[in-house]
Amino acid sequence: MLQMKKLMLGDHAVAQGAYEAGVKVAAAYPGTPSTEITEYIANFNEVNAEWSVNEKVSMEVGVGAAMAGKRALVAMKHVGLNVAADPLFTFSYTGLNAGLVAVVADDPGMHSSQNEQDSRYYAQSAHVPMLEPADSQEAKDFTMLAYELSEKYDTPVFVRLTTRIAHARSFVEIGERKEVEYPYKQDISKYVMVPANARKRHPAVEERERRLSNDINGDLFGESINKVEYGKAGSNKIGIVCSGAVYQYVKEALPDFAIFKLGMVYPIAFENIREFASKYEKLIVVEELEPFIENALKAKGIECHGKNLTGLQGELSVQKISEAILGHKALPEEHTENIPMRPPVMCAGCTHRGVFYILNKLKLNVVGDIGCYSLGCSPPLNAMHSLICMGASISNAHGMFMAKGKEFSKTNVAVIGDSTFIHSGITSLIDAVYNKSNITVIIMDNRTTGMTGHQNHPGTGLTIKNEPTHTLDLEAICRACGVQNLSVIDPYNLAEVENAIKERIKADGVSVIIAKRPCILLDKSMRHDAVSISDCKKCGICLKIGCPALSRRKDNSVEVDAALCTGCMVCAQTCKSGNIKKENNK
Amino acid sequence: MNLNILIAGVGGQGTLLASKILGNYAQLNGQDCKVSEVHGMAQRGGSVVTYVRIANKVYSPLFDKKQADVVLAFEELEALRSAGHIKDGGIIIVNKQNIYPMPCALGAAEYPGNIYEQLSKYNAKIHKIDAIGIATKLNDIRTVNIAMLGFSAAVLNFDKEIFISAIEKSVAKPTLEINLKAFEQGYIQARG
Ligand SMILES: Cc1ncc(C[n+]2csc(CCOP(=O)(O)OP(=O)(O)O)c2C)c(N)n1
Repeated sequence: MLQMKKLMLGDHAVAQGAYEAGVKVAAAYPGTPSTEITEYIANFNEVNAEWSVNEKVSMEVGVGAAMAGKRALVAMKHVGLNVAADPLFTFSYTGLNAGLVAVVADDPGMHSSQNEQDSRYYAQSAHVPMLEPADSQEAKDFTMLAYELSEKYDTPVFVRLTTRIAHARSFVEIGERKEVEYPYKQDISKYVMVPANARKRHPAVEERERRLSNDINGDLFGESINKVEYGKAGSNKIGIVCSGAVYQYVKEALPDFAIFKLGMVYPIAFENIREFASKYEKLIVVEELEPFIENALKAKGIECHGKNLTGLQGELSVQKISEAILGHKALPEEHTENIPMRPPVMCAGCTHRGVFYILNKLKLNVVGDIGCYSLGCSPPLNAMHSLICMGASISNAHGMFMAKGKEFSKTNVAVIGDSTFIHSGITSLIDAVYNKSNITVIIMDNRTTGMTGHQNHPGTGLTIKNEPTHTLDLEAICRACGVQNLSVIDPYNLAEVENAIKERIKADGVSVIIAKRPCILLDKSMRHDAVSISDCKKCGICLKIGCPALSRRKDNSVEVDAALCTGCMVCAQTCKSGNIKKENNK
Repeated sequence: MNLNILIAGVGGQGTLLASKILGNYAQLNGQDCKVSEVHGMAQRGGSVVTYVRIANKVYSPLFDKKQADVVLAFEELEALRSAGHIKDGGIIIVNKQNIYPMPCALGAAEYPGNIYEQLSKYNAKIHKIDAIGIATKLNDIRTVNIAMLGFSAAVLNFDKEIFISAIEKSVAKPTLEINLKAFEQGYIQARG
């Protein structure tokens, strides 16, 4: 039996479910831990998949497909939902023709994110139902169920994952695809959300939510989405409410306890929970991130405990739960001496390195953005001084100019990656030029979406299926935005980088420098022979570029790890005595 | 077989493939399995930890400190970092490789010189393997992970035939031959 199953990532299982449910259109912008959903579904010939320019666009593509009558999948990380929220809130009003499922992946513990926001609140405020699977099989089953719900209740449906579901493998049963198609029907009062029509749709949203809130207390499609497990009779006086990955931790920490496992986290099956709660002296909600379920229960007059026991920060675990509820203290740490940290670093040969080395050398203030280049903030480069959200660098720098004027702006640069620039930097650049700004922008054009694992984007000239397509010309885009001062430079050439930055920060108006070179992991032909160091003077300047291929020996001289070195020659340009050379003088 | 395996390494060392093969091995043995991976930021040369759990029924994809039957460390410093996960009487398998983290490369911190001495304080059996040596001899540094698995399969008395099937199921066809060689070399090193 087990032999028939496949060991799948939660992300892949979602994609498999969407495939089997007959999804025709899948659109997404990458974002950890959701990226693998769209990468996986793009392998199926029956599915038209795309990397969209950003999450808002992906949601709108999905909405279009669902209106037209084919099932659609959109997937994003939690912060991506901030970007996609605008179309979603109104699509909740119109409802749809074929089903639309929006997968959103939260990241408790911030393994790869800039905040710990809880996307369940979006379900509540957009009045969109949300399912939360607890393993890969449920990730597939719930995705398929979400399409049934979506069409039955005429609403988009969320599937919420967290990192430990999205990036955990467990066994999944594979099934067959079933095609689904509905004829396209024009319906002005349903789909044109001018105020007069929207006022009529809003009560429909309320009615739908009331219906679902009621139905979820019973069997939907012949099966209960929520599950109740009664503990061993009389074994305790506590009932637990939980969902998702937390359910798995609870099963191990509290194996004999009664559990109300929510499969649908919005709307909540209040009546069922009230009945469950009546059997126990104490009800405890165990949930990661915000007290979403806890507060909802309290508002309905269902007494419970929750965050007072488990806290708000980071991920939960078996240990944390048994500590919070049973009072079992964690075992003390043993034998830990000072173990040096191993933070992530730019790769050997990374094309971003030289720019940050020069920014640090020139002591400029660097307004940052998100991508591999964010690693420019860490030692020894220390050349990024703010980072908020994707696309923020250019508009943040413009805001600084608005606040502090031209002189300040001459010590300030915005740094943004190519994928990030296309995602949401272009609008900021237009804004800056339009509003007569005086800023310098460096586009770190490594010809890929590096951080999330090298996805194509409009600048790479290839689609998600690696088919050739139009290549977006970043230089032409900048010029069309009204940028007059523009240079395209090679980030491996430190003199070129330094001169361009010095020249551009002096210039008036908005300046753009495009530092262009393909990511070293992308293009193997860029790997050259390793360098070697002869007669090292031990000054340590070359270490200031923060290359993992270079390290200090005990005697303070620097050694090269030839297996890591890609021969980019950035370090060689920093060596005052010119003693870093290619081994074969090539 | 009831096993918690922690795989510790440095982003880019191929720990993810190793965990997938162990998962497929569990399946071929008719057992339940969960694997928890780390993608994204940490894979850029940071410390990465993967959890593999094999049992008749697995709930949590993760396990806590002092719960690992086996720590499979792809690098010596990472062995030390993860040793707190080992159960009393567990097994730590260490690849004899040093990759300097940035603070050590810069001279801001020292790469510990007494890693095995520190590891010996844990109540665990320690096995060392020269996986990097095997991979270098095979002229493919990426086979470190499979050499590690070959060694582990021997140490943990895994069924060799089934394990080879798990590798066949998990790696890309063109790399199968070299990976099977790496597996065999690792296996021999443990038994030899
Ligand atoms: C709204 C939003 N969507 C997605 C992400 C995930 N993410 C962070 S950076 C990045 C792209 C980075 O690509 P690029 O700008 O080209 O820089 P690189 O990593 O290649 O240096 C993505 C997709 C995010 N943080 N926020």
